Amino acid sequence: MTTPDYDLIIIGAGPAGMAAAEEAHRQGLRCALLDEQEEAGGQIYRAIGRAPLADERILGQDYYHGRDLLEAFERSGVDYRPGTTVWGIEDDLSLDVSREGVSQRLRTRRLLVATGAQERPVPFPGWTLPGVMTGGAAQILLKSSAMAPPGPIVLAGSGPLLLLVAAQLARAGVRVEALLDTSPRGNWRRAARHLPGALKNPSLLAKGLGLLREIRRAGIPHLKGVDGLEAFSRDGERLTHLRYRQAGESRERECRTLLVHQGVVPNVQLTRALELAHDWDEAQQCWRPRLDAWGETSRPGVFVAGDSGGIAGAQAAEESGRLAVLGIAGQLGRVNTEARDRLAAPVRARLAPHLAIRPFLDVLYRPARRFLVPEDDTVVCRCEEVTAGELRRIADAGCRGPNQAKAFCRAGMGPCQGRLCGLTVSQVIADQCNEPVAAVGYYHIRPPIKPLSLGELASLSDPDTPTRN
Amino acid sequence: MPNASPFERLPNRSRAQVTVFVEDEPVEVCAHDSAAAAVLAAGLLPSRTTPADASPRAPYCLMGVCFECLIEIDGAPNQQGCMIPVRDGMRIRRQCGARDMHGEGAHDHA
Repeated sequence: MTTPDYDLIIIGAGPAGMAAAEEAHRQGLRCALLDEQEEAGGQIYRAIGRAPLADERILGQDYYHGRDLLEAFERSGVDYRPGTTVWGIEDDLSLDVSREGVSQRLRTRRLLVATGAQERPVPFPGWTLPGVMTGGAAQILLKSSAMAPPGPIVLAGSGPLLLLVAAQLARAGVRVEALLDTSPRGNWRRAARHLPGALKNPSLLAKGLGLLREIRRAGIPHLKGVDGLEAFSRDGERLTHLRYRQAGESRERECRTLLVHQGVVPNVQLTRALELAHDWDEAQQCWRPRLDAWGETSRPGVFVAGDSGGIAGAQAAEESGRLAVLGIAGQLGRVNTEARDRLAAPVRARLAPHLAIRPFLDVLYRPARRFLVPEDDTVVCRCEEVTAGELRRIADAGCRGPNQAKAFCRAGMGPCQGRLCGLTVSQVIADQCNEPVAAVGYYHIRPPIKPLSLGELASLSDPDTPTRN
Repeated sequence: MPNASPFERLPNRSRAQVTVFVEDEPVEVCAHDSAAAAVLAAGLLPSRTTPADASPRAPYCLMGVCFECLIEIDGAPNQQGCMIPVRDGMRIRRQCGARDMHGEGAHDHA
């Protein structure tokens, strides 16, 4: 048994990972932070170290809060390894990682997964056309490249991020033709009973109302109760038109860029590859790893923090990152139980309002059924071009879950390894078989967790390759 | 040949520029752009076609999830464009259909 290289390896340099690294330094842990991106910040604080947009009003002060987090993280002096892909994790917490085409193995006593969220898949007819992108993608272009998509631009979907992107584009002077709100009309009524919890986070509520006001003032038509969204192409190559129903009428409009969004869900690729216990979260319509009060998973020594453990937002992610490290420091004997709990108390107090508002937001922005369980002709697995109708046919033919579906129709077997279709495949099969999603389950995620070249794999066994820096 | 409306650059603080070649056309981009951002700046939409049905695709999520931005970079196929920073002189090509297993780059389905 080789001595571990680190007390703690953190995967992901977003808010949870950066805050966790700072806390790990404070607790005297030997810590490395691995991140797939070249720059720290995760998606929410993407490119925060450079922040290329000249006008800081465009992204707003919440984005620039990331600078404080980044500075504290950089001062911590943990072993930060950007541009590093984790493609395998062994039972003894050995990690197979790759940077610039060369692999190596790192060993750690504790692992903290802070791989954040991804946008929920938004399947609808035409969503594979060039010109259709996610709202998050548009934001990433603003943050990291100071770039805006070509018009006419339409935004469609549901959730706070969609409102934020509309406002940010408007602040940048980019014309948004329309914001098509696809949230079911009954969501407001159903969400109302969760309002007392939401009122525990008045500042977030005020931000949401402020965004709605800003969109109105910017003159962006905000159309409610939109249904039947379809994107199509008149030239066979790119998005040219949209069709949708609103107020009982079918409408059509020209569109070159359609930004879609239906909320975010935990990125479960790593936690699934680790075969951790996951639960189906009915409120958020997604999987989440089962965690204790410190973020420890069903596998001792493996922790999860931030949105990869359940969606609660960037500020909550910082706090859950700190909590996980306090739990780890306790396990490794760096703090005793009393000191750990004393240090954790204010962190938990700051975390509470972010959790209190979730039930309200989850109901208010719950996607329309059509985006969760799409119609027959809609492509679900973009890589292998498998439609919802095909999934229903194989379910009727006896396919009982997403892993069998791979053999039936290749869903989930393309380059994205099921990242973008996994949720929908489980939901469509469950719906067709009239089973709970939890009973149908999810794809088994096998290593390599990211595609890698044979050269990268072979470099692991090359005696000339150092196994650690 | 890039042919769609390019994405627009907003006023920014980026100083360092590099030149990449998108389908052999030189394009000035910021040194920190990803290869996928360079594809969008050049207006190369679609940037690939699928192996299954040869349907047109372009960068979709830009955060490493969807693999729609697979392109050929400096002769190597199947590169995840949104995860790879540009380099001066980088040569980016559309990837049509499946990668060629003989290492000659992507081949055309049509």
